Amino acid sequence: MNFVQNFPFFSIILAMFSGIVSSVLDGRKARNLSLAMIAVTTALSAGTLLFCLGSGESYTFMMGHFPAPWGNEIRAGILEGVTAIFFGIIMFLAVLGGLDHTAEDVEEKKLNLFYIMIDLMLSSLLALVYTNDLFTAYVFVEINTIAGCGLIMIRQKGRSMSAAIRYMIMSQLGSGLFLIGLSILYDVTGHLLMSPARESVELLVAAGSYRIPMLVIMAVIGVGLAIKSGLYPFHYWIPDTYGYATPTASAVLSGLVSKGYIFLLIKIFYRVLGYDNLVSSQMVNVLYVFGITGMVMGSIHAIHETDTRRMTAYSSVAQIGYIYMGMGLGTSYGMVAAVFHIFTHSATKALLFISAVGLYEVSGDKKDYISLRGAGYRNPLAGIGFTVGALSMVGFPMLSGFISKLLFATSALESPHKMLPTIIVLAVSTTLNAVYFLRLVITLYSRRRPEDAPIPETRARSSWQLRLAILCFIGVNLVLGLASQPIVQAIRDGLAMFG
Amino acid sequence: MSRRKDNYETSRWLKFKKWVDGETDLLSIGMEPEVPVSSEGKERRRDLARRKAYDQELIRLSAEHADKTAIMKARSIRYFQKFYKVMSVILCLGIILVLLWTVASLPVTGNADNPANNEVAARYIEKGLQETGAVNIVTGMILDYRAFDTFGESCVLFIASCCVLVLLRLDADSKNENIRKMIAESDDRHFEPKNDIILQKCACVLVPVIMIFGIYIVLNGHLSPGGGFSGGAVLGSGLILYLNAYGYDRMSRLFTEKVYKRTTLCALTFYCLAKSYSFFTGANHLESGIPLGTPGAILSSGLILPLNICVGLVVACTMYAFYTLFRKGGM
Repeated sequence: MNFVQNFPFFSIILAMFSGIVSSVLDGRKARNLSLAMIAVTTALSAGTLLFCLGSGESYTFMMGHFPAPWGNEIRAGILEGVTAIFFGIIMFLAVLGGLDHTAEDVEEKKLNLFYIMIDLMLSSLLALVYTNDLFTAYVFVEINTIAGCGLIMIRQKGRSMSAAIRYMIMSQLGSGLFLIGLSILYDVTGHLLMSPARESVELLVAAGSYRIPMLVIMAVIGVGLAIKSGLYPFHYWIPDTYGYATPTASAVLSGLVSKGYIFLLIKIFYRVLGYDNLVSSQMVNVLYVFGITGMVMGSIHAIHETDTRRMTAYSSVAQIGYIYMGMGLGTSYGMVAAVFHIFTHSATKALLFISAVGLYEVSGDKKDYISLRGAGYRNPLAGIGFTVGALSMVGFPMLSGFISKLLFATSALESPHKMLPTIIVLAVSTTLNAVYFLRLVITLYSRRRPEDAPIPETRARSSWQLRLAILCFIGVNLVLGLASQPIVQAIRDGLAMFG
Repeated sequence: MSRRKDNYETSRWLKFKKWVDGETDLLSIGMEPEVPVSSEGKERRRDLARRKAYDQELIRLSAEHADKTAIMKARSIRYFQKFYKVMSVILCLGIILVLLWTVASLPVTGNADNPANNEVAARYIEKGLQETGAVNIVTGMILDYRAFDTFGESCVLFIASCCVLVLLRLDADSKNENIRKMIAESDDRHFEPKNDIILQKCACVLVPVIMIFGIYIVLNGHLSPGGGFSGGAVLGSGLILYLNAYGYDRMSRLFTEKVYKRTTLCALTFYCLAKSYSFFTGANHLESGIPLGTPGAILSSGLILPLNICVGLVVACTMYAFYTLFRKGGM
């Protein structure tokens, strides 16, 4: 066995271990440890990806001395490698960008607790990406939920408490449904590991037995994870959660946490339930309908908002709708587009949240449209960052959002019954996106009026970490937009390995 | 020769001059601008009056309108609440029905042909003792076959106690005035020691028994029913009873926040390192070199015994920390 194959295991354990050690460190050291750990795990994921690209196939890794149906197992392939690297980069930049705001928002003695949450959050995301075991997935979903709750409520100001409670209730509902689904699945298949469970599911479907439980499993697991990732009718926790948390937490929650659940859902679809079974049972159509409703309704809610952070949060609802719409198309092209949009959205939304912080800094920490008038001149780099993010969300060429919209549109052509609604809703949603994002961009670059309230001088310049993070995020967006071919190819190969 | 004017003070020239110099008070000299009572003026006045009446009417109307909209709003909220109640009941009934239907079509419990009775369970039962060295198959399963999940579960406990710390710990040397005030108000330690004799005597008898029983459950986790999670809960409840009977002062000789932190850190670090070694050797097909011992002896089954102790310590500490933090005043 090649030494590189240990890397996924190392990265999960390393993240958990640094979380445990951080409990006795002070805030500064915990922060440095956290940043170093994220960098190292990203490098390890890169090693895993290179190995998988070299060998051209995925591999499973025994967590212990016992092979597949008996012991825990993790699995690494191209898609897992790409996603893990991506999550690592976004996490690193989000932590880096919000560094000084975290120090302000969090009490000094509780700073190390914040970084414990970040460490364990990353470990759970990596575990959700790499896992080949359904119960391991559930355990790390739990860690993810609690860490997310901690990240929201650690800023003990404003409405963050009620946001945390709302998040907790909705998220626990999702976890509960997911657990019910797993229990029923175990009852009818007798397996918790993904590969043997898949074989028994195939046998059950071929024999036509346990039809109702199979349907309920699909529905309950799908709805559970959809609630946790904030699909449209279950999105009510999103605006408060993203709107009132500390910037790093907002970026991590919107960019990574919901994407971790979606990735798990895709993995369960392919590796356990079988995507063809989902298509033949019409489950994908339900996701598709929810998805296209979310694409429109999320944008309409966003247009109504005056608080720009809540507006960005509502835009997440629309973008999650895009991802589920892609999954619901029922073709592998749609799935590739959905996975690519996972990357697009996490890079862009994190960029929007982080660069918006730079704009609030120069506007007296106010978040409404009028206070932000002219903020693009007062903090040029943050203004450019926000503009790039907004244009990417709208689908401007050269940026990542354009590629994902292109992929969605071309994949819609492959599924004849859904082609027309998909393309129409895509056009409507893009227009609505443009309405609220470009309104904000125009506001950022319009002159201040004399009747506007004077800005209290809070901060001369953003910290270098924030500026560096914005620059790197813009870079990630451009890479996704300009060099999308190899990434799309990798996603395609990775999904082929899943099946 | 010029003609002398006696009434120079009232002459027009002087008035004009004063006006140019800005010294005139127009009102005092009777030059107040009088609205000429022409027909046009009358009309304007009537207009003004009409507008005033109109404004008042408008205000009255808008107030009425506001009342109306408020009533409408209240009514629609009431309708919505009714609708909401009805819909939630229907939805719950629907979900209950679907789930009951599902349960009805699941395999019958206890049937030998059930899918869950497959090679997985068979190997746990038949080879569990031989492969893990643990007489208690459940412990062998959770701490050896599926040890990664159990490590995750201990981390769930750890992060849950971290969250409670975030929420409830108040720093005595905090810069925030309000927080210091809150601490002073909420601290219930100055009611201590309560010296409740009945409680103390009972605790005197019970605490040693509870602690020994807890330690027994933890140490015999691989031999008999029990293990880290249940034993740790017993240990934690013993600590809580002691704290209630004797107060924080006596407790702080044994258990402070520092001790809590160090115990949790050591237990989780040991678990992490030991299991990492085991996973690494297992995945790379190396000999782990950990002896399994004779089944049934207290020192047997390899890593399971120390892991049980670690889990027990983490659970006990978490329970105790939850209790002290939810009771005001911190650890």
